[in-house]
Amino acid sequence: MTLRKLQIALWAAVALVLIGTAGFMLGARNEEPVAAATFQPSFALADAAGRERTDEEFRGKYLLVFFGFTNCPDVCPTTLAEVAQVMDGLGEDAAQVQPLFISIDPERDRQMGLSEFTEAFHPSILGLAGTADETRAAAESFKIFYERQEAEASPDGYSMSHSSALYLIGPEGHWIRQYSYGTPASEILADLQTRL
Amino acid sequence: MKRLAIILALLIAAPPAIACETFTTGDITVEQVWSRASIGTQRPGVLYMMIRNEGAADDALISISTPIAEKPMLHETTVEDGIASMPHAMRVPVPAGQTVELRPGGYHGMLMGLTEALEEGASFPVTLTLEEAGDLTVLAEVLSMRAEAPECDAAQ
Repeated sequence: MTLRKLQIALWAAVALVLIGTAGFMLGARNEEPVAAATFQPSFALADAAGRERTDEEFRGKYLLVFFGFTNCPDVCPTTLAEVAQVMDGLGEDAAQVQPLFISIDPERDRQMGLSEFTEAFHPSILGLAGTADETRAAAESFKIFYERQEAEASPDGYSMSHSSALYLIGPEGHWIRQYSYGTPASEILADLQTRL
Repeated sequence: MKRLAIILALLIAAPPAIACETFTTGDITVEQVWSRASIGTQRPGVLYMMIRNEGAADDALISISTPIAEKPMLHETTVEDGIASMPHAMRVPVPAGQTVELRPGGYHGMLMGLTEALEEGASFPVTLTLEEAGDLTVLAEVLSMRAEAPECDAAQ
Protein backbone atom coordinates (compact mmCIF):
# COMPACT_ATOMS: atom_id res chain seq x y z
CA MET A 1 0.00 0.00 0.00
CA THR A 2 1.41 3.34 -0.99
CA LEU A 3 1.52 6.17 1.45
CA ARG A 4 -1.04 8.00 -0.69
CA LYS A 5 -3.51 5.08 -0.48
CA LEU A 6 -3.02 4.77 3.26
CA GLN A 7 -3.80 8.47 3.63
CA ILE A 8 -7.06 8.11 1.70
CA ALA A 9 -8.05 5.05 3.71
CA LEU A 10 -7.44 6.86 7.00
CA TRP A 11 -9.48 9.89 5.93
CA ALA A 12 -12.27 7.56 4.81
CA ALA A 13 -12.23 5.93 8.25
CA VAL A 14 -12.43 9.34 9.93
CA ALA A 15 -15.39 10.27 7.73
CA LEU A 16 -17.19 7.01 8.60
CA VAL A 17 -16.71 7.58 12.32
CA LEU A 18 -18.04 11.15 12.03
CA ILE A 19 -21.11 10.06 10.04
CA GLY A 20 -21.73 7.24 12.49
CA THR A 21 -21.49 9.53 15.53
CA ALA A 22 -23.76 12.12 14.00
CA GLY A 23 -26.30 9.46 13.09
CA PHE A 24 -26.16 8.01 16.59
CA MET A 25 -26.71 11.42 18.17
CA LEU A 26 -29.62 12.27 15.88
CA GLY A 27 -31.15 8.85 16.50
CA ALA A 28 -30.85 9.28 20.25
CA ARG A 29 -32.49 12.68 20.07
CA ASN A 30 -35.40 11.36 18.04
CA GLU A 31 -36.00 8.48 20.38
CA GLU A 32 -36.28 10.72 23.41
CA PRO A 33 -39.98 11.30 24.08
CA VAL A 34 -40.99 14.94 24.48
CA ALA A 35 -42.62 14.24 27.82
CA ALA A 36 -39.38 13.04 29.34
CA ALA A 37 -37.75 16.39 28.57
CA THR A 38 -40.20 18.19 30.83
CA PHE A 39 -42.13 17.36 33.99
CA GLN A 40 -45.64 17.34 35.30
CA PRO A 41 -46.26 19.60 38.28
CA SER A 42 -49.13 18.67 40.57
CA PHE A 43 -51.11 20.38 43.29
CA ALA A 44 -54.12 19.86 45.55
CA LEU A 45 -55.04 23.17 47.17
CA ALA A 46 -58.19 24.81 48.47
CA ASP A 47 -59.77 27.69 46.57
CA ALA A 48 -61.29 30.71 48.31
CA ALA A 49 -64.51 28.77 48.94
CA GLY A 50 -62.56 26.00 50.63
CA ARG A 51 -63.03 23.51 47.81
CA GLU A 52 -60.02 21.38 46.91
CA ARG A 53 -58.73 21.96 43.39
CA THR A 54 -56.17 19.76 41.69
CA ASP A 55 -54.08 19.99 38.55
CA GLU A 56 -56.06 17.12 37.01
CA GLU A 57 -59.31 19.05 36.71
CA PHE A 58 -57.61 21.53 34.37
CA ARG A 59 -56.50 19.01 31.73
CA GLY A 60 -57.31 20.33 28.29
CA LYS A 61 -56.48 23.89 29.30
CA TYR A 62 -53.27 25.81 29.50
CA LEU A 63 -52.42 26.95 33.03
CA LEU A 64 -50.70 30.24 33.70
CA VAL A 65 -49.40 29.89 37.25
CA PHE A 66 -47.99 32.50 39.61
CA PHE A 67 -46.85 31.90 43.18
CA GLY A 68 -47.18 34.93 45.45
CA PHE A 69 -48.91 36.47 48.45
CA THR A 70 -51.62 39.08 48.65
CA ASN A 71 -49.73 41.32 51.07
CA CYS A 72 -47.07 41.84 48.44
CA PRO A 73 -47.33 45.45 47.25
CA ASP A 74 -45.04 45.43 44.23
CA VAL A 75 -44.15 42.24 42.35
CA CYS A 76 -47.46 40.38 42.78
CA PRO A 77 -49.84 43.18 41.68
CA THR A 78 -47.54 43.97 38.77
CA THR A 79 -47.56 40.36 37.58
CA LEU A 80 -51.31 39.90 38.10
CA ALA A 81 -51.91 43.15 36.19
CA GLU A 82 -49.96 41.61 33.32
CA VAL A 83 -51.93 38.37 33.53
CA ALA A 84 -55.12 40.45 33.36
CA GLN A 85 -53.87 42.17 30.21
CA VAL A 86 -52.98 38.81 28.67
CA MET A 87 -56.43 37.39 29.45
CA ASP A 88 -58.15 40.42 27.94
CA GLY A 89 -55.88 40.23 24.92
CA LEU A 90 -56.72 36.56 24.29
CA GLY A 91 -60.36 37.40 23.56
CA GLU A 92 -62.26 34.21 22.74
CA ASP A 93 -59.16 32.08 23.24
CA ALA A 94 -59.19 33.04 26.92
CA ALA A 95 -61.43 30.04 27.59
CA GLN A 96 -58.44 27.82 26.86
CA VAL A 97 -56.24 29.44 29.52
CA GLN A 98 -56.74 29.26 33.27
CA PRO A 99 -54.64 31.70 35.33
CA LEU A 100 -53.83 30.50 38.86
CA PHE A 101 -52.52 32.49 41.79
CA ILE A 102 -51.06 30.06 44.34
CA SER A 103 -50.53 31.59 47.75
CA ILE A 104 -47.21 30.91 49.44
CA ASP A 105 -48.53 32.69 52.53
CA PRO A 106 -51.79 30.72 52.70
CA GLU A 107 -52.85 31.26 56.30
CA ARG A 108 -52.65 35.04 56.18
CA ASP A 109 -54.07 35.18 52.66
CA ARG A 110 -57.12 33.12 53.64
CA GLN A 111 -57.73 35.53 56.51
CA MET A 112 -57.35 38.58 54.32
CA GLY A 113 -59.46 37.29 51.47
CA LEU A 114 -58.07 35.58 48.44
CA SER A 115 -60.82 36.00 45.87
CA GLU A 116 -61.32 39.72 46.42
CA PHE A 117 -57.63 40.13 45.66
CA THR A 118 -57.51 38.01 42.50
CA GLU A 119 -60.84 39.34 41.22
CA ALA A 120 -59.61 42.90 41.56
CA PHE A 121 -57.20 42.10 38.75
CA HIS A 122 -59.27 39.77 36.59
CA PRO A 123 -62.33 37.61 37.26
CA SER A 124 -60.70 34.65 35.52
CA ILE A 125 -57.81 34.40 37.99
CA LEU A 126 -58.34 31.54 40.43
CA GLY A 127 -56.68 31.98 43.81
CA LEU A 128 -55.57 28.87 45.72
CA ALA A 129 -54.38 28.66 49.31
CA GLY A 130 -53.82 25.23 50.83
CA THR A 131 -52.28 24.11 54.08
CA ALA A 132 -48.60 24.70 54.77
CA ASP A 133 -47.77 21.12 53.73
CA GLU A 134 -49.88 21.21 50.58
CA THR A 135 -48.27 24.51 49.61
CA ARG A 136 -44.79 23.11 50.14
CA ALA A 137 -45.67 20.07 48.02
CA ALA A 138 -47.06 22.21 45.19
CA ALA A 139 -43.99 24.45 45.20
CA GLU A 140 -41.69 21.44 45.08
CA SER A 141 -43.55 19.91 42.19
CA PHE A 142 -43.26 23.20 40.26
CA LYS A 143 -39.60 23.37 41.36
CA ILE A 144 -40.06 26.86 42.75
CA PHE A 145 -38.64 28.50 45.85
CA TYR A 146 -40.25 30.51 48.62
CA GLU A 147 -39.19 31.47 52.09
CA ARG A 148 -40.54 33.45 54.98
CA GLN A 149 -38.27 36.33 55.92
CA GLU A 150 -38.49 37.96 59.28
CA ALA A 151 -38.57 41.69 58.60
CA GLU A 152 -39.40 44.24 61.22
CA ALA A 153 -40.29 46.74 58.51
CA SER A 154 -43.08 44.56 57.10
CA PRO A 155 -46.69 44.01 58.10
CA ASP A 156 -46.92 41.37 60.88
CA GLY A 157 -43.12 41.40 61.06
CA TYR A 158 -42.46 39.22 58.05
CA SER A 159 -42.34 39.18 54.30
CA MET A 160 -42.02 36.40 51.74
CA SER A 161 -39.34 35.97 49.13
CA HIS A 162 -40.42 33.80 46.25
CA SER A 163 -39.82 32.71 42.66
CA SER A 164 -41.31 35.52 40.65
CA ALA A 165 -41.84 34.00 37.21
CA LEU A 166 -45.09 32.97 35.54
CA TYR A 167 -45.25 29.30 34.61
CA LEU A 168 -47.03 27.86 31.61
CA ILE A 169 -48.42 24.34 31.92
CA GLY A 170 -49.77 22.56 28.83
CA PRO A 171 -53.18 20.94 28.30
CA GLU A 172 -51.73 17.54 29.21
CA GLY A 173 -50.30 18.87 32.43
CA HIS A 174 -46.69 19.23 31.36
CA TRP A 175 -44.49 22.14 32.25
CA ILE A 176 -43.84 24.11 29.05
CA ARG A 177 -41.90 27.22 30.00
CA GLN A 178 -41.61 30.16 32.33
CA TYR A 179 -41.95 33.86 31.62
CA SER A 180 -39.47 35.60 33.87
CA TYR A 181 -40.61 38.54 36.00
CA GLY A 182 -40.99 41.67 33.92
CA THR A 183 -41.77 39.92 30.62
CA PRO A 184 -44.18 42.37 28.94
CA ALA A 185 -47.78 41.21 28.69
CA SER A 186 -47.60 41.65 24.90
CA GLU A 187 -44.79 39.06 24.68
CA ILE A 188 -46.65 36.55 26.84
CA LEU A 189 -49.78 37.09 24.77
CA ALA A 190 -47.93 36.61 21.48
CA ASP A 191 -46.32 33.41 22.76
CA LEU A 192 -49.64 32.00 23.96
CA GLN A 193 -51.33 32.86 20.67
CA THR A 194 -48.83 30.72 18.77
CA ARG A 195 -49.86 27.74 20.93
CA LEU A 196 -53.66 28.08 20.97
CA MET B 1 -64.91 79.18 16.97
CA LYS B 2 -62.18 77.13 15.37
CA ARG B 3 -59.77 78.16 18.09
CA LEU B 4 -62.28 77.14 20.73
CA ALA B 5 -62.58 73.73 19.09
CA ILE B 6 -58.81 73.32 19.18
CA ILE B 7 -58.66 74.32 22.83
CA LEU B 8 -61.44 71.89 23.66
CA ALA B 9 -59.69 69.13 21.72
CA LEU B 10 -56.50 69.81 23.64
CA LEU B 11 -58.32 69.73 26.93
CA ILE B 12 -59.93 66.41 26.07
CA ALA B 13 -56.68 64.95 24.74
CA ALA B 14 -54.70 65.91 27.82
CA PRO B 15 -56.77 65.65 30.97
CA PRO B 16 -54.97 67.30 33.87
CA ALA B 17 -53.83 64.15 35.64
CA ILE B 18 -52.25 64.68 39.00
CA ALA B 19 -49.82 61.86 38.29
CA CYS B 20 -48.39 64.00 35.48
CA GLU B 21 -47.71 67.07 37.61
CA THR B 22 -44.16 67.99 38.50
CA PHE B 23 -42.91 69.15 41.87
CA THR B 24 -39.61 70.93 42.32
CA THR B 25 -37.32 72.03 45.12
CA GLY B 26 -33.85 73.31 44.27
CA ASP B 27 -32.29 70.93 41.75
CA ILE B 28 -34.72 68.13 42.50
CA THR B 29 -37.78 67.55 40.34
CA VAL B 30 -40.30 64.83 41.12
CA GLU B 31 -42.97 63.63 38.71
CA GLN B 32 -45.26 60.73 37.90
CA VAL B 33 -46.09 60.14 41.53
CA TRP B 34 -48.67 57.37 41.68
CA SER B 35 -50.09 54.57 43.75
CA ARG B 36 -52.39 51.62 43.12
CA ALA B 37 -55.96 51.35 44.29
CA SER B 38 -56.23 49.19 47.39
CA ILE B 39 -58.82 46.73 48.65
CA GLY B 40 -59.66 48.20 52.02
CA THR B 41 -56.82 49.13 54.36
CA GLN B 42 -55.46 45.74 55.41
CA ARG B 43 -52.77 45.31 52.83
CA PRO B 44 -49.91 47.74 52.28
CA GLY B 45 -50.20 50.29 49.50
CA VAL B 46 -47.43 51.21 47.13
CA LEU B 47 -45.87 54.45 45.93
CA TYR B 48 -43.92 55.08 42.74
CA MET B 49 -42.34 58.21 41.24
CA MET B 50 -39.50 59.64 39.17
CA ILE B 51 -36.89 61.84 40.85
CA ARG B 52 -34.56 63.93 38.74
CA ASN B 53 -31.46 65.58 40.15
CA GLU B 54 -30.32 68.44 37.91
CA GLY B 55 -27.68 69.62 40.34
CA ALA B 56 -23.97 68.89 40.56
CA ALA B 57 -24.15 67.14 43.93
CA ASP B 58 -25.47 63.69 44.74
CA ASP B 59 -28.61 63.46 46.80
CA ALA B 60 -30.75 60.67 48.23
CA LEU B 61 -34.33 60.05 49.23
CA ILE B 62 -34.15 59.00 52.87
CA SER B 63 -37.75 58.91 54.04
CA ILE B 64 -41.37 59.43 53.10
CA SER B 65 -44.33 60.41 55.20
CA THR B 66 -48.01 60.71 54.37
CA PRO B 67 -51.26 61.08 56.30
CA ILE B 68 -52.59 58.12 54.32
CA ALA B 69 -50.31 55.59 56.06
CA GLU B 70 -49.12 55.09 59.61
CA LYS B 71 -45.89 53.46 58.58
CA PRO B 72 -44.64 54.43 55.13
CA MET B 73 -41.24 52.98 54.26
CA LEU B 74 -38.83 52.69 51.39
CA HIS B 75 -38.27 49.23 49.97
CA GLU B 76 -36.45 47.74 47.07
CA THR B 77 -37.61 44.70 45.16
CA THR B 78 -34.67 42.63 44.07
CA VAL B 79 -34.91 39.65 41.76
CA GLU B 80 -31.92 37.36 42.01
CA ASP B 81 -31.86 34.03 40.20
CA GLY B 82 -35.58 34.47 39.65
CA ILE B 83 -36.30 34.89 43.38
CA ALA B 84 -37.99 38.15 44.33
CA SER B 85 -37.48 39.60 47.78
CA MET B 86 -38.15 43.03 49.17
CA PRO B 87 -35.53 44.34 51.57
CA HIS B 88 -36.01 47.61 53.41
CA ALA B 89 -34.06 50.36 51.65
CA MET B 90 -32.42 52.88 53.98
CA ARG B 91 -32.00 55.39 51.19
CA VAL B 92 -32.62 55.70 47.48
CA PRO B 93 -29.58 57.35 45.89
CA VAL B 94 -30.32 60.17 43.45
CA PRO B 95 -26.93 60.87 41.85
CA ALA B 96 -26.09 64.26 40.33
CA GLY B 97 -27.49 64.70 36.84
CA GLN B 98 -29.52 61.50 36.95
CA THR B 99 -33.14 60.40 37.11
CA VAL B 100 -34.06 57.67 39.54
CA GLU B 101 -37.30 55.76 39.22
CA LEU B 102 -39.33 54.21 41.97
CA ARG B 103 -41.20 51.75 39.77
CA PRO B 104 -42.71 48.27 39.74
CA GLY B 105 -40.00 45.71 40.36
CA GLY B 106 -37.51 48.18 41.82
CA TYR B 107 -37.42 50.82 44.49
CA HIS B 108 -40.87 51.67 45.84
CA GLY B 109 -42.57 53.22 48.80
CA MET B 110 -44.51 50.72 50.87
CA LEU B 111 -47.46 52.30 52.65
CA MET B 112 -48.18 50.20 55.71
CA GLY B 113 -51.09 50.84 57.98
CA LEU B 114 -53.29 52.62 55.45
CA THR B 115 -55.57 55.05 57.23
CA GLU B 116 -58.12 54.84 54.44
CA ALA B 117 -58.68 52.77 51.34
CA LEU B 118 -57.00 54.10 48.23
CA GLU B 119 -59.70 54.77 45.67
CA GLU B 120 -58.87 55.02 42.00
CA GLY B 121 -58.81 58.65 40.90
CA ALA B 122 -58.14 60.02 44.40
CA SER B 123 -54.91 61.71 45.37
CA PHE B 124 -52.96 62.16 48.57
CA PRO B 125 -49.96 64.20 49.70
CA VAL B 126 -46.58 62.65 50.42
CA THR B 127 -43.65 64.47 51.97
CA LEU B 128 -40.33 63.28 50.65
CA THR B 129 -37.23 63.91 52.72
CA LEU B 130 -34.06 64.26 50.70
CA GLU B 131 -30.63 64.22 52.31
CA GLU B 132 -29.50 67.50 50.67
CA ALA B 133 -32.60 69.15 49.21
CA GLY B 134 -34.68 68.70 52.37
CA ASP B 135 -38.43 68.20 52.35
CA LEU B 136 -40.66 68.28 49.29
CA THR B 137 -44.39 67.62 49.43
CA VAL B 138 -45.83 66.03 46.32
CA LEU B 139 -49.25 64.70 45.33
CA ALA B 140 -49.71 61.05 44.44
CA GLU B 141 -52.54 59.93 42.19
CA VAL B 142 -54.25 56.62 42.84
CA LEU B 143 -54.41 54.67 39.59
CA SER B 144 -56.22 51.42 38.85
CA MET B 145 -55.05 48.26 40.55
CA ARG B 146 -54.02 47.07 37.11
CA ALA B 147 -51.96 50.16 36.25
CA GLU B 148 -48.29 49.75 35.44
CA ALA B 149 -47.42 53.41 34.97
CA PRO B 150 -49.22 56.72 34.55
CA GLU B 151 -49.82 57.83 31.00
CA CYS B 152 -48.17 61.22 30.71
CA ASP B 153 -47.27 62.93 27.46
CA ALA B 154 -43.74 64.18 27.02
CA ALA B 155 -42.52 62.94 30.36
CA GLN B 156 -39.09 64.46 31.05
